[in-house]
Amino acid sequence: MSLENRSPAPHVVIVGGGGTGGALALDLVLRGLRVTLVERGEITSGTTGRHHGLLHSGARYAVNDAESAVECIEENQLLRRVAPGSFEENDGLFVGIDDEDMAYGEKLFAACGATGIPARWLSPAEALRLEPNLNPALKGAIQVPDATFDAMRLPLRWFASAKARGAVIEPFCEVTSFVVRDRCVAGVRGRDHRSGKDFEIGADLVVNAGGPWAEKIAAMAGVDVPIQPSPGVLLALRGRLCNMVVNRMHKSGDGDIVVPQRALSIVGTSSWVVEDPDDLGVPEDHVQKMYQEGAKLIPAVMSAPFRQAWSAARPLIGSREASTGRELSRTFKCFDHLEQDGVEGFVTISGGKATTARAMAETTANVICGKLGVDAPCRTRDTVLLPHTAHYAA
Amino acid sequence: MSDSVTFRVHRFKQGDAASHHDSFEFEPGPRSTVLDALTAIRRTQDPTLTLRHSCFHASCGTCGMKVNGREVLACVTNVRELGTGEVTVDPLDNAPLVSDLVVDMGPFFARLNAVERPLVRESELVPGAHTASGIPQPLRYEDCIECGICISACPIAATDPEYLGPAALAAADRVREEPRGGDVPFVLGLADDPHGAWRCHVAFECSEACPSNVDPAGHIMQLRRSLIGRRWRALLAQPVEAGR
Ligand SMILES: Cc1cc2nc3c(=O)[nH]c(=O)nc-3n(C[C@H](O)[C@H](O)[C@H](O)COP(=O)(O)OP(=O)(O)OC[C@H]3O[C@@H](n4cnc5c(N)ncnc54)[C@H](O)[C@@H]3O)c2cc1C
Ligand code: SF4
Ligand code: FES
Repeated sequence: MSLENRSPAPHVVIVGGGGTGGALALDLVLRGLRVTLVERGEITSGTTGRHHGLLHSGARYAVNDAESAVECIEENQLLRRVAPGSFEENDGLFVGIDDEDMAYGEKLFAACGATGIPARWLSPAEALRLEPNLNPALKGAIQVPDATFDAMRLPLRWFASAKARGAVIEPFCEVTSFVVRDRCVAGVRGRDHRSGKDFEIGADLVVNAGGPWAEKIAAMAGVDVPIQPSPGVLLALRGRLCNMVVNRMHKSGDGDIVVPQRALSIVGTSSWVVEDPDDLGVPEDHVQKMYQEGAKLIPAVMSAPFRQAWSAARPLIGSREASTGRELSRTFKCFDHLEQDGVEGFVTISGGKATTARAMAETTANVICGKLGVDAPCRTRDTVLLPHTAHYAA
Repeated sequence: MSDSVTFRVHRFKQGDAASHHDSFEFEPGPRSTVLDALTAIRRTQDPTLTLRHSCFHASCGTCGMKVNGREVLACVTNVRELGTGEVTVDPLDNAPLVSDLVVDMGPFFARLNAVERPLVRESELVPGAHTASGIPQPLRYEDCIECGICISACPIAATDPEYLGPAALAAADRVREEPRGGDVPFVLGLADDPHGAWRCHVAFECSEACPSNVDPAGHIMQLRRSLIGRRWRALLAQPVEAGR
């Protein structure tokens, strides 16, 4: 087939410019597809910019969810290769304060071994030597390869790299309706808030990468995705109270982590459920909980100067899930809406973690390429990313 | 009594002949920030309002704007603490306007790119730490959050569009202090320019406005000292080289 006769590559429109959308945009352009991503605000203005910035080692999930743990440690190692310079590679500690913690620690250490997460026990003295601000009453600690990253700047590298390969990234473009013909999604409509002008973009396939907004976006295509926004409170304190990520050696709970970030320390998080992902609020009792629980790990949390408290929403996959779409993964949700909803040309991706955004994008891109008949391998595993500054200064 | 605050917000859409301000009412709670107010206004009053935000805690640098005429991060500016019944919100100066409160950060990042400052640096030790030898020096992010506030506040940037600007000069000085693979002579060459470190009038507006304690003016002074040292060393080295 000559180049002139070849029809242009399929065009995929991604709705949502968080880390998931960004990683997917890069994956798809690397496979030769044409990509347009529309984001209603600035890039990473949703959940992506607001999280702790923990590059999970997987240890947090090792005891209860081995699949997530394995996915995390794989991505943890892989991202350090493709995004050099983006991480504070200072490892993490799981800190045991009481006997219950230490009993959990035994399970945690074994589970790390079983899921391939490098881990070693530290005595209280060794842990305090590494992190002198830890609760001096600690009973022991486990060191794991957690790291920290900048919640906005790592994803910006996906956006920058996707743009450099021809993806069109449009911030401040809000999708308000879908073009649907004969139960087949054929594009999106919306408004470019920079100019106030309406747009319509045709697509061979539309991806809903709306995080906690995924339900609202899917509804525009007449599809019910059972996702409820579940926010958590985070607390930023001035000063670096630690250099490593400090976790409570306990099953997940409120205020069980302190993450250093620039000259700040972030304490997180909690969990509740809201109806509107744009109206989260910051419950005062949750803020106080961050202080109380955080101080059990690092007593100086109580006295460090306050910088800010805020909320970020995860997409909670609701109980209606069994009746909607075909689930393609257990660690995050990728729905091909053809199967249950009978809507062609429409895929939703939601859930997961910022740490595993690339892996989610790979799985979703496999589904998309399958649907569009494109035979191309994933290349994001070994494509070194452009620096974040290249997103703005092209 | 009503605690309502009137927000006068800068409005501009591409193609508009001129910008104007729209007024919105907002009732702040004790924790409400200017960013909370603007996102609430967008949610309940005008979904077409454009602004930049990401982290909500003074870490990403996207929400720089002018509130009552002063450059701040909207996400850590408490509305009640402003103490004014009317709050005026404008985009940053000395950057191309995109729409409403959004400016184009392209020129800013192009200057920062030229300096190629690494994102992570060596950490200063946690206060009171007695880290034993054998433990690698921990890494941490640079303090500068790339918000552009210093450029907006800088009187020179307002008159010299080619001025490298406080953030990029501070970054150049960081490369000098801690190269981490950076090309120090190249970066010092960039700074040693009429539109570089020598252009600064030492007004200290940048250090005053910087929300992240970077002290760009202090870095510019350090840069100048090392540039002068470099010139002297070059001068003194000349006869030796000529004699070779
Ligand atoms: C409290 C908390 C802490 C967390 N901490 C961590 C952590 O430390 N490490 C980690 O790995 N993960 C963490 N996570 C998980 C991580 O934040 C998320 O998995 C990730 O950010 C999700 O990204 P996303 O792109 O799927 O969603 P989002 O970032 O929410 O992106 C969706 C985007 O869609 C846009 N959008 C919505 N409607 C429209 C429309 N109509 N038109 C156009 N665009 C639209 C939104 O503006 C938004 O930008 C945390 C999550 C929470 C809630
Ligand atoms: S030096 Fe300060 S004001 Fe300037 S961009 Fe960096 S953080 Fe912002
Ligand atoms: S939103 Fe990140 S600095 Fe304000």
